[in-house]
Amino acid sequence: MSVLVYTESENGSFKKTAFEVVSYAKAIATELGTTLTAVSINASNTSQLGVYGADKVLEITNDSLANFDAQGYADAISQAAASQDATVVVLSQTANAKFMAPLVAVNLEAGYVSNVVALPQSTTPFKIKHSVYTNKAFSLTQINTPVKIIGLGKNAYGLHESAADAVSEVFSPSLQQSNTKVISVDKATDKVTIADAEVVVSAGRGLKGPENWGMIEEMATILGAATACSKPVSDMGWRSHGEHVGQTGKPVAASLYIAIGISGAIQHLAGINSSKVKVVINTDPEAPFFKAADYGIVGDAFEIVPQLNEKLKAFKAQNA
Amino acid sequence: MEISMFSKLKKSTTIKTNIIMKILVCISHVPDTTSKINFTENDTKFDTNGVNFVINPNDEFGLTRAMWFKEKQGASVHVINVGGPETEPTLRKALAIGADEAIRIDTPATDGYSVAVQLANVAKQGGYDLIIGGRESIDYNGGMVPGMVAKIIDANFINTCISLEVEDAMVTAVREIDGGKETLQTTLPLVIGGQKGLVEESDLRIPNMRGIMQARSKPLHIKPAMEQSPRSEATTYEKPAPRGAVKLVDTVDELIDLLHNEAKVI
Repeated sequence: MSVLVYTESENGSFKKTAFEVVSYAKAIATELGTTLTAVSINASNTSQLGVYGADKVLEITNDSLANFDAQGYADAISQAAASQDATVVVLSQTANAKFMAPLVAVNLEAGYVSNVVALPQSTTPFKIKHSVYTNKAFSLTQINTPVKIIGLGKNAYGLHESAADAVSEVFSPSLQQSNTKVISVDKATDKVTIADAEVVVSAGRGLKGPENWGMIEEMATILGAATACSKPVSDMGWRSHGEHVGQTGKPVAASLYIAIGISGAIQHLAGINSSKVKVVINTDPEAPFFKAADYGIVGDAFEIVPQLNEKLKAFKAQNA
Repeated sequence: MEISMFSKLKKSTTIKTNIIMKILVCISHVPDTTSKINFTENDTKFDTNGVNFVINPNDEFGLTRAMWFKEKQGASVHVINVGGPETEPTLRKALAIGADEAIRIDTPATDGYSVAVQLANVAKQGGYDLIIGGRESIDYNGGMVPGMVAKIIDANFINTCISLEVEDAMVTAVREIDGGKETLQTTLPLVIGGQKGLVEESDLRIPNMRGIMQARSKPLHIKPAMEQSPRSEATTYEKPAPRGAVKLVDTVDELIDLLHNEAKVI
């Protein structure tokens, strides 16, 4: 018996979610009285995982996994889990992790629960809390299979240090030729993504037109934030679909979500519900967003945002 | 050499004229996006009282893309749902939008794996080339059924699919990745987890009277379920704790101070 955690990397460096899933998996391993093994694919500097509690790291280095391939990654992780006799497998909820998790579940004949928000409430029977109805509710779900797969929601647990040895071992899975080829990847390398962002600056129809997004971009730059938008804004083509946040768009689980000129439709609020602190700036004090926010300013975005940007710049300069 | 190239060319031309893609669109029957979520029976059951059920939005984008394949490439389109008789109006709506036939697997939808097993069984027996699901249903948000179906029937799989073209059994698809998109090439049989982008919001179809009338006489097959014990089960539900009231501030200085000293997020 052991706990296995997949630690995601990009260009060889671990993502922040990798450290979060290791922290979380360590707590489960401790609860079960067993060890934690991490598995990494084409990542360097795996000793970092020891800081958060990985006892062992299975390092996979394989050119055929240079591009993400759900089938190949799922097979590699499944074989790693089987080699460790893992009874719990922990993954993040990045786009890639969500893509391959169901394949790992079928490989390991495991029950899989996604969007998990807390440590298991009990381990026998194994009951775990996860968000459902797009963050409008939680379900306490019991997993009945010997092997359990947990998809941990971003920022649901946080980083917890727990020193361990992170003993490195080479692991070589046997992989089949993939039927799916990556032709091209189109990703802005200079922008923070909504998935990775700690702060998200989001704007809606209150901005009146796409030409007014300069001040939103500026705030995002000052705060090191990702930009996002409401559904009507992406439907009208003011911003790309990739920025649409809400029930049919992207979920946001940031530390800080700033909504500017967004009224707060129920579908939008559902999508951002797992963000920790929400700020709203809107001219209409009756806007539903004020009921969902922690802090608010009633006023015109065109007056407030430029002021806020100036003050934030000064604040950042002082606190840098 | 020349001869073999010629025969290759000829073969692909033959395929192009002969292939009629069989598409299966998996439809989840879900509360519409404006629904208030409540639970009954000691928080063990979803309260359907006053709730309007619809085609899961992610599935509807896929269904609409399937209509394009039907109209432009002559594909046949079947829709399928795992659930009780109460889900039939949702399947009829899919027929009214233009699907040719509907299938209902007569068992309550429980965990994702059990649903995937039922769908995979039909997908395999029916010899479907393309199985379209949604990246997630907006009720359980499991995000696992399409991937599991693909794995069970040994088909290719693309999740968060935002563009799909099929020519001569060759597939070009675009999937959304964190912070961008990725173009992929693969082959049929294929399962996708679809979402907005497969078609635009403005492409979605509201069934017209003719479609609704036609849907009444289209076949809706009710099939018994395969035996499958759930791998996981929801025990109880709860709603998020009510939030404290919003703190309204008058100046940006106050806001920055609160975000820094109280919320500690900047």
